[in-house]
Order: sequence, then structure tokens, then C-alpha cells
Amino acid sequence: MTTAAHLHTDSGSDAPYALSHLDALESEAVHIFREVAGEFEKPVVLFSGGKDSIVMLHLALKAFAPAPVPFTLLHVDTGHNFPEVLDYRDRAVAKHGLRLHVASVQEYIDAGKLRERPDGVRNPLQTVPLTEAIQSLKFDAVFGGGRRDEEKARAKERVFSLRDEFSQWDPRRQRPELWQLYNGRHAPGEHVRVFPLSNWTELDVWQYIAREKIELPEIYFAHEREVFKRGGMWLTAGEWGGAKGGETTETRLIRYRTVGDMSCTGAVDSDATTLDAVITEIAASRLTERGATRADDKLSEAAMEDRKREGYF
Amino acid sequence: MTSTTEQFADLSATTLLRFATAGSVDDGKSTLVGRLLHDSKSILTDQLEAVEAVSAQRGQDTPDLALLTDGLRAEREQGITIDVAYRYFATARRRFILADTPGHVQYTRNMVTGASTADLAVVLVDARNGVIEQTRRHAAVAALLRVPHVVLAVNKMDLVGYAEPVFAAIAEEFTAYASDLGVPEITAIPISALAGDNVVEPSANMDWYGGPTVLEHLETVPVSHDLTACPARFPVQYVIRPQSAEHPDYRGYAGQIASGVLRVGEAVTVLPSGRTSTIEGIDALGESVDIAWAPQSVTLRLKDDIDISRGDLIAPSASAPATTQDVEATVCHVADQPLAVGARVLIKHTTRTVKAIVKEIPSRLTLDDLSQHPNPGQLVANDIGRVVVRTAEPLALDAYADSRRTGSFLLIDPADGTTLAAGMAGESFASKAGPPDAAVQADEEGWDF
Repeated sequence: MTTAAHLHTDSGSDAPYALSHLDALESEAVHIFREVAGEFEKPVVLFSGGKDSIVMLHLALKAFAPAPVPFTLLHVDTGHNFPEVLDYRDRAVAKHGLRLHVASVQEYIDAGKLRERPDGVRNPLQTVPLTEAIQSLKFDAVFGGGRRDEEKARAKERVFSLRDEFSQWDPRRQRPELWQLYNGRHAPGEHVRVFPLSNWTELDVWQYIAREKIELPEIYFAHEREVFKRGGMWLTAGEWGGAKGGETTETRLIRYRTVGDMSCTGAVDSDATTLDAVITEIAASRLTERGATRADDKLSEAAMEDRKREGYF
Repeated sequence: MTSTTEQFADLSATTLLRFATAGSVDDGKSTLVGRLLHDSKSILTDQLEAVEAVSAQRGQDTPDLALLTDGLRAEREQGITIDVAYRYFATARRRFILADTPGHVQYTRNMVTGASTADLAVVLVDARNGVIEQTRRHAAVAALLRVPHVVLAVNKMDLVGYAEPVFAAIAEEFTAYASDLGVPEITAIPISALAGDNVVEPSANMDWYGGPTVLEHLETVPVSHDLTACPARFPVQYVIRPQSAEHPDYRGYAGQIASGVLRVGEAVTVLPSGRTSTIEGIDALGESVDIAWAPQSVTLRLKDDIDISRGDLIAPSASAPATTQDVEATVCHVADQPLAVGARVLIKHTTRTVKAIVKEIPSRLTLDDLSQHPNPGQLVANDIGRVVVRTAEPLALDAYADSRRTGSFLLIDPADGTTLAAGMAGESFASKAGPPDAAVQADEEGWDF
């Protein structure tokens, strides 16, 4: 595994002191992790077992080596997560000796504090367990894997994003962010969401995973699976529900491009079984990852902004 | 083996360029950005369909590409861009981060923000209008923020018959103005963003122009030189001490090299304490190396066990900066609440945050004509001014002209944490002469705005 900066003698005008774009992005993300470790009392990393949070954890491990990561992990479990992804999560926690908090949407539903939506989609239900976990466990910095290229409301998000005591985001009251000076001042009860992957694109994430040989849950690679079509997307049946009248189940060769709640995360037709094949597929893709795979973002033009204002990831 | 491997190898070897564009829709900025994104295949089908649908709904003939990143409800409702939008695209040679700064609201704040991290700024002018007040303002911000490379894109050449003399006159006027402000490198390119001349493809209409297209220039302009040519600066972010069975005595200083090059064996001084030691090892994220350079994040190990913590600066003993408690600087005020003489603030410089008092605000600057207004008493949102600040503890501060990273700082309101102002230590502009037609009151000490 080569991890240090790669000297480029072939990149012409930038030699000899050049960094590849992956080295530059890695350096920036590590700087962000270390700033938070230096300035906050109780940071936490949101960890879902999805590729972006896996890359975040990898960067955090590198940032503090040979010491352990000085943060705990938090996962909001919708109750409808892919079993392969939960397995991965638990293996990663055990392997690196980390501490994991799980905020459970199912427990909130069982206790009558949240009500299941008629469509069975649980992504919007994550906000309350997330914000209550942040409040009760007194986290003051919360790392998220959000990227600005993902969605247009995220495109205007800061690296350090202040949230009030209700976890709300006010896009009009964001602090300007200049140079690499991140202002994390906050009042008691408030917290700061931190996005170390702000400047990464989906392709950067995959190239970095390939370069660093990072293991991923297998559902990111092409496999045969029983799926049915709803809202233009291939969904997998599970405890959350399945095909209804008029919807037929079939076996297709698919992979997941994003990983979220099973009820609203769609698979894409793909024969990409290796990292190189996935990278080639993404480089050629004519759809964004959210456009291709997320039902919840299709609800309205401002679906993401509205959820973010309320404290969503 | 295959094209897959080759393509991946190519993509992973690209470098990163951060650049900023500023200006209004009238100059054709959206058209230029749209063409760069479109021709590099960075706009995807579902994004374009969404933009086309909304544009059509509003009765616009062509898709309004600003809608790609005007993601906030308030922006869409008012049809304006409120905030800096970051856009991402790539070619086979480079990955680009574009800070697209709007011209409508909070103009100065946004452009200063976008320019603060930019290696290059694109200034657009309409070939029919030439250099106007706004162009001079753009040049002034690029010069103030010490953006190393400036591109003057003379747009709408199709509307002046692709005439070389029109381009040459504008290029000459702008280059003279920006050079006087100290912009080190200016590249003028005649383009038509709408027709596509010299944006990605060389123009068939301007065979008199032999220089690069906009994209060619973006792909080839050197970016690493500027950071590594300066003396090394290493602000300590965090001390790594595992105290584990495997690493009982490991003590490493984690940080991102702000400028310059560091080598194992080099004699270093720690500021503000002034203690000295030697670099024993450099851990570059999992690999031990002999040499590292800006902007790498690394961990330094020193020969001697001396007291070092977050906020300290490690620099080569041969070129260590002085420390000071008196900061003279140019600031851009970015908050709604004003900054007045006597204000108690926090100053955040690299990894160090200390208390400070604003002692003086000697002048305020008008960017349009570079006129200065003495003793304004306070600065309000989007003002640029000179300040004198006294800090409670010494700072190892460089002149911003020498190091953007260690010469910059934020002023923060200690009461509510608001970022009040962005500061640049030392003289405002590289030039001592001042622009030819600026209304500046020069004194013996030279031109100080």
C-alpha cells in the first residue's frame, strides 16, 4: 500500500513538488479531522457502513496513527438497513477497537415517538433519533460524509456548519469560510457538523478506495438479486415491505451505487464486479448518484434543503 | 491490461487546481462556466433535465445553468445567487474546484472568500465595454488576496468582429492596471463563450491569436511552485501520543505544511517559545519519508523532548518568522455587525486563537477606484479597510505577501462566535507605486493601499 504523496515526474510544469488530486484531497480531509480533534471536546463520526463514511473512517485512522481515533462512532439505524452493511459496520468497529452508538428508528416507532409513514420510507424519520442522540450524548462536533457534488443544497454547505440547539441549519446565517481557517465557535447546546469530504466527488471517493485498497460491503459490486421496480428504481424486498399489486419481482444483475434505507435506495443495472469496473462505469455515467438511486430526493426541488434545515445529515 | 487500467492510471495522476470566477451574468460568466462544465461532460443528464424543466417553466429559451448550484429555496425564489457555489469538474489532466462567486449580493465577501483559496482567478470583460469599474474591482480583489495567476477573458469577441485591435487594447489596459497592483502573472485570452471560441477548442475565427484556450491554460498553469518556493511553515494542530505498549514513547506533531519544504535532519525553531531541535522523522500518513512539502498533512518527530502544543509553529531555524503582538493588516469585513475601534475580538491565526483589541482603523478602501477614506471609525459588511490590532499573546505571523496561509487570520466575535473579518497581514498590494489614476494620498512611506 502506498500512502504518501506520489511524486510526479511526468506531470510537466508541476514537478517536482506536485501532489496528485487524491493526495491533495486526502491532506485537506486529514487537516479537517485534526482541527476538530484540537478544538472540540466530544466529536463523533456518523458511520453508516456506506462508502463515504467508510472513507471518512479510513482518513481518521490515518490522521491519528499510530494512536487510535479519538472519536466515537454514531449510526442511525433505520431498522431497514441492508444486512450486509450492518455486518460490515460491526466488523469495522471490532477491527479498529472503536466505540459505536446506535440510535434506532425502530425503537422510536415501537415507543410511539415516531410514526411509520404510509409509504414505508424511513429516511426522513432519522432526523429525530439523530438530533436526540447528539443532544443526550453531548456531542459538540459531528462528522458527516456529505459532499458538495452530491446535491445542490449541499453545494452551499460549509466544511464547518453550525447547528443550533435544535440541530437546525440556517443557510442564510452561514459563516464565510476563508483559507483553511475553520471557525468552530459555538454556544453550549449547539454543535458543528463537519464535512471532511466536502470537495470530493463520487469518482474521487472510488479512486481513493481503489488506491488505498479499502474493503467495502459487497452490495456495491454487481451481483444477482431479486428486485422489483417502483418509482423507476430497482428495490429489494425485506422486512420493510415488498412488491405490491402490479409490481413484479425479477432477478437482475445489479449493484448499489449508494447505501441507505432499503425502502428508498435503488439499485442500478450493472456488471461491474471490480473496483476498476465501478470506476469506469461511474466515469461514463450520465446520471448523478442521487438522481439514479434515491427516491427521497425526488420528492421536491428542495427536499434536501428542507431535511437539512431540520437537522438531517 | 486494458483501457480501464490506463484510464484509471491517468485519472489518479492528475493534479488539483482551485480557481475562482467573478462577475455578473451580463459578462457571460454563466455561459463560460456552463461551457466548461458541459464540454468537460460534468453536467449529467438528470441535472440538465431538471434545469431545463425549471427554465422552461419560467419561460426561458435556454437552460439557466446557475440553477445547477442555486440549490437554496431563497435563491430559486428570487432568481439570484446568494452564496459562493463550488463546482467540480475534471479533464484527463486535472481536477478542478471552481469557486463561482455571485455578483449580486454580498459581492465583496463572496469574491474574497472564493479568491482566498484560489490558485487562479478568471476575470471576465465584455469586449464591447472594455475595462470598466467592475473589472478594476475584480483585479483589486485578486491582487489583494494574492491570487498567483489571473486570466483576463475578453468575452463576446464575436460581437466586435473578432478584431485583434479591440482585444489588444483591452489586454494592454488591464495588464498595466493589474501589474501595478502587483498581480504577478496575467494571461489575456480572446473568447466567445457563446460560440465556443477559445474556451475549450481553439477559435477558427481568430487565427491572429496563438495562445492557449481557457481550458488549456487551466490544465497547464503550474500550481505547486507558489507554495513550495516559500520558507517552510508548520503550524501544530495536534500532538499524537499513543502511550501504547507498541508505541510507548511515540510523540508526533500533527499538522499540514502551510508553505515550503521540510526535510529530515533540518534544524527547526518552535515559536513562540523559541526552543530549537532537529527533525528526526516525518510520517506522511502511514509512510516514513525524508522530505515533505506544502500542502501535505504529515506528523513530525523531533530529536528533543520539548514542550510543544497546538498553536505552536515549527519553522526552519534559518528562516523562522519573528513574533509580534502588534498586527497591521488589511481586512475584509464579512459580518452584519460592524467592527469598531476598541472592539475586543479573538484572532484566529493558523492553529492559534488569542484575544485581541482593535486599536485603530486608519482607513477604509473603495475597491472601484482604490481611493481611501481615513479614520472611518468602524467597518461594516463588505468594507475593506486597514486595521491595527494588539494581541494578548505573540503570534508568529508572516506578511500575507510572503505566505497566504500563515499571513492570514480571522477576527471572531467572542460573544457569539461570528466571523467578523478576514485579515491579511502587511501591505495591501505588492506595488509601492500605486495605479496610475488612483486617488491615493501617497506619503513618504510609500503607497499603503
